[in-house]
Amino acid sequence: MFEQQLINGLTLGMIYALIAVGYTMVYGVIQLINFAHGEIFMLSAFLAVTFITVFGLPIYVVIFMTMGCCALIGVMLDIFAYRPLRQSPRLAALITAIGMSIFLQNLAMIIWGSRPRPFVQEALPAFLRTPALSFGEATVSWLQLTIFGTASLLMIILFLIINKTRVGTAMRALSQNRTGAALMGINVNRVISFTFALGSSMGAVAGIMVAIYYNTLYPTMGYVAGVKAFAAAVLGGIGSVPGAMIGGIILGIAEALGAGYISSLYRDGIAYAVMIAVIIFRPSGILGKSTVEKV
Amino acid sequence: MLRLEDVHTYYGNIHAIKGLSLRVDQGEIVTLIGSNGAGKSTTLMTISGIIRPRTGKIFFQEEEITGALTDRIVKLGITQVPEGRMIFPRLTVYENLLMGAYLRKDRKGIKMDEEHAFELFPILKERRKQAGGTLSGGEQQMLAIARALMARPRLLLLDEPSLGLAPIVVENIFEVISQINSGGTTILLVEQNAQMALQVAHKGYVLETGRIIMQGPSRELMENPKIQSAYLGID
Repeated sequence: MFEQQLINGLTLGMIYALIAVGYTMVYGVIQLINFAHGEIFMLSAFLAVTFITVFGLPIYVVIFMTMGCCALIGVMLDIFAYRPLRQSPRLAALITAIGMSIFLQNLAMIIWGSRPRPFVQEALPAFLRTPALSFGEATVSWLQLTIFGTASLLMIILFLIINKTRVGTAMRALSQNRTGAALMGINVNRVISFTFALGSSMGAVAGIMVAIYYNTLYPTMGYVAGVKAFAAAVLGGIGSVPGAMIGGIILGIAEALGAGYISSLYRDGIAYAVMIAVIIFRPSGILGKSTVEKV
Repeated sequence: MLRLEDVHTYYGNIHAIKGLSLRVDQGEIVTLIGSNGAGKSTTLMTISGIIRPRTGKIFFQEEEITGALTDRIVKLGITQVPEGRMIFPRLTVYENLLMGAYLRKDRKGIKMDEEHAFELFPILKERRKQAGGTLSGGEQQMLAIARALMARPRLLLLDEPSLGLAPIVVENIFEVISQINSGGTTILLVEQNAQMALQVAHKGYVLETGRIIMQGPSRELMENPKIQSAYLGID
C-alpha cells in the first residue's frame, strides 16, 4: 500500500505545486496572498468543460484556450480589484482578495449551478484510465503519468521563464526592490500583470487535472484546493518558487499517506496540520529567505 | 538640459519641496547639497517620476516630463542611482547590470556597455556571478552606478554615493564620477559630503527645508563663509 499511496501522493503533490507557484509568485511581487487564486483554478475546470460540451473542441485545444482565458481573468482581477489598492495598507488588499474569492465562487454558481458535475469523460482518450506501469501491487495509471509529466514540463518551463528571460529577471528584481526596479525603467504594473497571467495559467492546468482526476467539478472546489496549495506555498517558504514546488509535493505525499494510514476522513486536516506546524516551527518555510538586509 | 520650475512635492500632508527651481546644463556636474531632511532625495525622486509634484513643471531637453511615468523618463535618458543603492540582492551582479539595460533592445550596444562597466569597475567582473547582496557596501555602490550606466543615460542622477563608505572608497567613487562626466554624461549629484561634491561639481545649489537658499559656481560656494561654517566645517 505504501508504494500506491506514494504514487497517488506524488500525483496530487504535483497538482498542488502547480497551484502553489501562483500564490507564491504573486506574493513575491506584491506581498499579497491572492485568495481568489483558488477560484481561477475552479473557473478553469468549468471553462474547460464548457469549451468541450458547447464547442466540441478536442481536449488539447481546450487546455490551451483555458490557460489563455484564466491568464486573462487573473490579469483583470489584478487590474480591477488589486491595482487600485496598491498604495493602501496590505490588509485592504487581503480583504479584497477574500471578497473576490467569494464573488467568483458565487458567479460560478449562477452560471453553472452549485451541484457537482462529472468531467466529460468522452472527451478524454480511453487509455488514460488504464495502468501504465506497475511495481508489485502498486500501479501507475496513464492519467497519473500524464499529470506528472505535464506538471513537470510546466514547472521546467516556469523555471526557465523566471530565471532565464528578461521579464522573469524583472519579476525577481521587482520582488527584491520595487522602487529600484521602477528606476531601471521596468514598467512595474506590466510585470505584475505578467506574474498574474503566468500564475493563473499554471493554476488553470491544475484545475483541469483535478477535475479529470477526481472526475468532478463544483463551484467551491477552488476553496479546498486553494487552501492546500497555500499551505504548500507556506511550507516551501512564501515567495520562493522552488519552495512552492517542493512544498506541494511534500504536502501531496503527506496527505496521501495520512489518508492511507490514519483515515481518509483526515485527508483535508493534514494540510492544516502541516501549515500550523510550519508556522510554529519554521515560519520562513523550507526555502524561505531570512529577512536580514545589508545596508 | 534639465529644468525644474517652481516644483512643490508632498508626502501625504508633508510639504517636502517648497517651490524648487533649478537647471542643469549639458555636460555639467551640478550638485545639490543640504543636510538630512532638506528634500534632496525627494527632488531626485520627483525628477525620476517616482513621486509626482503637486504643482510646478519639469522639462528635460525642452520636453515637459512633469508627472510622466518612470519608464518613459528612463527612456528619454534620465537614470538614477538611488540613495541606499537599491541593488537587487538576490540577482547576480551580471543580472543586476542587465536590469539597468531593461529598456534597450540593441544587443551589441549592451554587450559593449557591459565591457565598459567592467573596465570602469574591474571588481564587478570578478564578482559577476555572485549575488548582489553579498558585495561590500563600496562594491554595491559601484554596482549601482554601473547598473545605471547600462541605460546609457544622458543625465545621471546620483543620490548620496558616498553614504556609509570608507574615505578611500569615496575618493574612488568621486574619481569615477568625474570620469563619467568627461565621457559626456551630465550629472546631478546629491550629497551631504559638501566638500567632495563641490570639488567635482561645476555648479551647486544649497537646499534647506525644501527651498533653495543659495546657488552659484562651486568655487564661489566653497568660498562663501556661510557655506563654510554650515556645510564644510570651517570656522
